[in-house]
Amino acid sequence: MRRALVLALAAAPWLHAAAQAEDPVAAEFDKFRAVLEQDNPAELFEVKGEELWTKPRGPKNASLAACDLGLGPGVVKGAYAQLPRYFADVDRVMDAEARIVHCMITLQGYSYAELAKQPFSSLTRTPDPVSIATYVAAQSAGMKIAAPQAHPKERAAYAAGQEMFFYRAGPYDFSCASCHGVDDKRIRTQPLPNFTRPAQAVRAVQGWPGYRMTGGVMHTLQWRMNDCFRQQRFPEPGYASEMVSALLTYLTVNANGHEYRGPGIKR
Amino acid sequence: MAEPMKIRATLQGDVADVRVLMAHPMETGQRKDAAGKIVPLHFIQSIGATLNGKPVFSADISQAISRNPVFAFKVKGARAGDTIAITWTDNKGETRTDQAVVRAAP
Amino acid sequence: MRPAAIAVLAAAALAAACAGLQSDPRADARALMQRDFHAKGSAGMDRLKEDPVQSACNAHRDNPPQALAEKLQQEQMAAIKWPADGKLLGDWKSGEKIAQDGRGMAWTDKGGVGGSCYNCHRIGPATTSFGTIGPSLHHFGKLRGYGAEMQRYAYGRIYNAKAYNLCTQMPRFGHAGALSEQQMKDLTALLMDPASPVNQ
Repeated sequence: MRRALVLALAAAPWLHAAAQAEDPVAAEFDKFRAVLEQDNPAELFEVKGEELWTKPRGPKNASLAACDLGLGPGVVKGAYAQLPRYFADVDRVMDAEARIVHCMITLQGYSYAELAKQPFSSLTRTPDPVSIATYVAAQSAGMKIAAPQAHPKERAAYAAGQEMFFYRAGPYDFSCASCHGVDDKRIRTQPLPNFTRPAQAVRAVQGWPGYRMTGGVMHTLQWRMNDCFRQQRFPEPGYASEMVSALLTYLTVNANGHEYRGPGIKR
Repeated sequence: MAEPMKIRATLQGDVADVRVLMAHPMETGQRKDAAGKIVPLHFIQSIGATLNGKPVFSADISQAISRNPVFAFKVKGARAGDTIAITWTDNKGETRTDQAVVRAAP
Repeated sequence: MRPAAIAVLAAAALAAACAGLQSDPRADARALMQRDFHAKGSAGMDRLKEDPVQSACNAHRDNPPQALAEKLQQEQMAAIKWPADGKLLGDWKSGEKIAQDGRGMAWTDKGGVGGSCYNCHRIGPATTSFGTIGPSLHHFGKLRGYGAEMQRYAYGRIYNAKAYNLCTQMPRFGHAGALSEQQMKDLTALLMDPASPVNQ
């Protein structure tokens, strides 16, 4: 069947058009990726996420209809493209998944401990915040990324996130910038966008949440940050923590003005 | 309960371009889990499609098809407003039917 | 592991103003990391602590003043432990395996440590799936000569790359205790043995 053949091609390296615009091989992969994006299995998780948003659930048997993602209670359309942002009720900047987790705790009665226990997708299980984040993100598809910097804490989050991005530590002296602060490099065969440049920073946030064909799992930016720190040989970042929100603020603000294309599909 | 499919049916002239995303683990029966045990065979065995209740397509497929498969086909003689229904049945006897309305291309 | 509830974090942010974001990004970032990271597997919180090299490179965004760089490079060089038997060349066949192996030191790793050299470098002729973060090492010995000084340079670079270029992105495999002496000898042989495929 066609799908099996298409997936055999997917085993090859995934190259970005922006970084290698003149490369005909990269152009072919971009065409191929565009075909895959038409029927992205991420849509299955969008459907699931919408179900989880609207159904009354948890110890309080409430839906997430009153959840304020920054544009008012229950407003989902366009919210993802304007996150991370400051929330007065918690006096801190939150990214999309951190805010969803917050709403699941305060509106539905779940505990942080149970949501943080196994927060990332496996072959057999997709955590609820991941499906919900996929649904929320899809409602911002095609919109301009516009993470706000109006509030002083939003600006402080950007600055702290920038510091973290360049912070070299651990036994290998790696920072995020070690891989993502340079132009036109790749690690093994995986191209490395330079996130300090706006035109390339968009690739830090575009395509996430993303369906990863390797293993058929849905992953969010919380997972991506976690996995980067793991490979940097750092300790583990707290799930949905303020630290991760600050780093995501830096990356997203760098991408402001560009179109959010997502949820995405990845190797 | 099996997870819902996502079906898109777009009309081009009198041909409906149908694309179906199916949620299914499609286990080959050869994969081992983290504990080293074989994960049992669990895959969609047959797919059927109807247009306004009339069968237009049926296929038997194997476990070689990957997880969360995409299935695309064209149906001649469709009109806007027609109903496409897709049914799959797997080797455990589980089945799922979802439907969508054929829409003209924007 | 100490996951804090969101509610507790909010209370902490309100109550202890010093833990929240103020106007000093350097201090903010360090406070946030100290609070929000936690140890996992072999990756302890001590890994966040900057040593003098990391501190200098972080303070100057990898572009430290020359005098400072030279001072720290000399200190790093002085700390290199050279093999007691004076032999720097091991087995290049083992070296190739070590260069291909990207495991070790992460919180999911339980076994041995590899050099992960191909992540960043082109090395042998048979591997096209190499990274480009570092320069090509193809024909390393062939281009530079096989003498004792060059052997010492290769071994020293692998042991502690910062001794030669303070803010290089290359890890300090010997200094960090990641690779053993034998592993580093094997890697040196991969680059410097005239019989190695790298030099054909």
